[in-house]
Amino acid sequence: MNYFPDEVLEHVFDFITSHKDRNSVSLVCKSWYKIERYSRQRVFIGNCYSISPERLIARFPGLKSLTLKGKPHFADFNLVPHDWGGFVYPWIKALAKSRIGLEELRLKRMVVSDESLELLSKSFVNFKSLVLVSCEGFTTDGLAAIAANCRFLRELDLQENEVDDHRGHWLSCFPESCTSLISLNFACLRGEVNLGALERLVSRSPNLKSLRLNRAVPLDTLQKLLMRAPQLVDLGIGSYVHDPFSEAYNKLKIAIQRCKSIRSLSGFLEVAPHCMSAIYPICGNLTFLNLSYAPGLHGNKLMKLIQHCRKLQRLWILDCIGDKGLGVVALTCKELQELRVFPSDPFEAENAAVTEEGLVLVSAGCPKLNSLLYFCQQMTNAALITVAKNCPNFIRFRLCILDPMKPDPVTNQPLDEGFGAIVQSCKGLKRLSLSGHLTDQVFLYIGMYAEQLEMLSIAFAANSDKGMLYVLNGCKKLRKLEIRDCPFGDAALLEDVGKYETMRSLWMSSCEVTLGGCKSVAEKMPSLNVEIIDESEQMEFNLDDKQKVDKMYLYRTLVGHRKDAPEYVWIL
Amino acid sequence: MGKEGLGLEITELRLGLPGANSDSGHRCDVMIDKNEKKRAFSEILEDDVEEGNRKKTTIKSQVVGWPPVCSYRKKNSFSDKDGSAKASKMYVKVSMDGAPFLRKIDLGMHEGYSHLAKALEKLFGEALRNAESCEFVPIYEDKDGDWMLVGDVPWEMFMESCKRLRIMKRADAKGFGVLRSKEALN
Repeated sequence: MNYFPDEVLEHVFDFITSHKDRNSVSLVCKSWYKIERYSRQRVFIGNCYSISPERLIARFPGLKSLTLKGKPHFADFNLVPHDWGGFVYPWIKALAKSRIGLEELRLKRMVVSDESLELLSKSFVNFKSLVLVSCEGFTTDGLAAIAANCRFLRELDLQENEVDDHRGHWLSCFPESCTSLISLNFACLRGEVNLGALERLVSRSPNLKSLRLNRAVPLDTLQKLLMRAPQLVDLGIGSYVHDPFSEAYNKLKIAIQRCKSIRSLSGFLEVAPHCMSAIYPICGNLTFLNLSYAPGLHGNKLMKLIQHCRKLQRLWILDCIGDKGLGVVALTCKELQELRVFPSDPFEAENAAVTEEGLVLVSAGCPKLNSLLYFCQQMTNAALITVAKNCPNFIRFRLCILDPMKPDPVTNQPLDEGFGAIVQSCKGLKRLSLSGHLTDQVFLYIGMYAEQLEMLSIAFAANSDKGMLYVLNGCKKLRKLEIRDCPFGDAALLEDVGKYETMRSLWMSSCEVTLGGCKSVAEKMPSLNVEIIDESEQMEFNLDDKQKVDKMYLYRTLVGHRKDAPEYVWIL
Repeated sequence: MGKEGLGLEITELRLGLPGANSDSGHRCDVMIDKNEKKRAFSEILEDDVEEGNRKKTTIKSQVVGWPPVCSYRKKNSFSDKDGSAKASKMYVKVSMDGAPFLRKIDLGMHEGYSHLAKALEKLFGEALRNAESCEFVPIYEDKDGDWMLVGDVPWEMFMESCKRLRIMKRADAKGFGVLRSKEALN
């Protein structure tokens, strides 16, 4: 029963913006469900195969913004075959046919064709924002369609996509009448762009706040762009190679000094390290610095740059910074919340320049640290215990020791105690990735202490099924579990199949689960899709239940088996 | 670079004692048994020891998807060192007679035949161990669809023309003209 008219409730619901909260609101009663669904404008779908576009449209007629994720996370590491799925076209087609006034589309790990982009660009008059992250399947022709047809486009944000660059004139396709751009990120494109068109576009975009250029944009164009857009808040530099005694460099210095609003800096896709001093004037205000694509910047030049960045909250860097460089970070960046250290040479663990020492330094110097991604050569239990003590606020803790299954080099022990300390200390931990030599013991700790854990990534760990069972039994809030190369078999998989309905997905590859085990899950849980991915063609000839399954991906769904799976995917 | 020193020996994948696996401090039990007594591709490895010294980089771990760096980042941050921006990945399927699963290997990640040999050994170590002292021959399917012996052509040419790899039992090799080419080289 409602004590308020619907309009009042709707107004109240407007203040509830998080997806989780809105989902909760919709469950209160039928009346609230109805009001909520008509007023809902933003929908997040973490697995595009969990629901169909038709049902989405039916439930939320007022939809304006849709976020979709496709492939499982391990697809990033080439564990999922190329054409496994995650096609956005059916979604766009269904939305286009409906009366949904789509304004924003955000996609991650999906296959996006030029055809999709073209349909998108022509179907929604008020379309404003396209964000593509780790997607593939499109070319610059598709981007040209977006540029040409979306008259009120505010945001075109391409992050780490595989784009076939036809070196066309997609930038020139923005009509002269397009003056609404707020955000333009094309850093991941490899081809040439029409520099004149870019300059003109930036000139007529007074609201432009975020601009991330690709490698093909040279320094003197950068300087011209900055002169035209001193209001930028987020800048991604393409090429930063020039002669420090040149006119262009002097002009750049002047242009940068005018940009008093820049808070976020990235790129340096090509860099001449001796010219970084031009950047110093804006470093003092930076809250986000991403140098993870700038291997040319290291050593003293890098450290000097960082020493200017006292307000940094997020730092993405390559491991050539070294433990010493991380020491500089620890001394300088007292506001640091997020640190990501990527490997500059992923196959050369010996040359990896960061170890446990760097991490300990940062943990000691940066008490606000709550998010970590750290690729390193080695880690010790002692270091992890210290880090856990220094930084009890971790929400995300992802550690990757480059040499799989490497133990603590000082004690030769597994890293169970170290990670155990992390989960025990960091009561708000939501995401954890493990590496190094680990036994079942670490999973006992995770099950016991990681009460808020939502996502867990495991590789080359554990001794037995017990490991997986500790996690499944203990982590009540677990949503995503991804496992590779662990000795977990059917006993663990089948212990509590109901659990998987409370999760988004489970990935297991190179483990001990058998075809029979997977079939059993599928039989008992019709609300799950259990997919076996097998490219070896062995499945066709050998349907022995005892056969081990190379890759299994299961996920809850309301719409049953998907129809677009390729030949080598068996949905049980 | 690739082929000259190798000659015929590349065809002999004998299962001998493992060499000092000194470069890898890790156990990597899932890939090869530490106590594995047999080693394939031994001839290739011995031949290429001198070559190996030239190249500083050793490909430590051929585990697919490790370290977990996303493929976009792999392609875009690390290529600048020796100017070798490998334009595209060259994944080819590798099958081995008797092994239950095919694998995939990125030819672009290898510096030469010896590195390839090491990688294949890591991938199929278990199957090789179980195969009870058979001898194996590495062959590949080229662009024309012909099955060729691995090792005849320079590495770059091989990389470009190889579509898939197969580690075949020597006993089955007769029909593939391997013996014939052996005679021809003699």
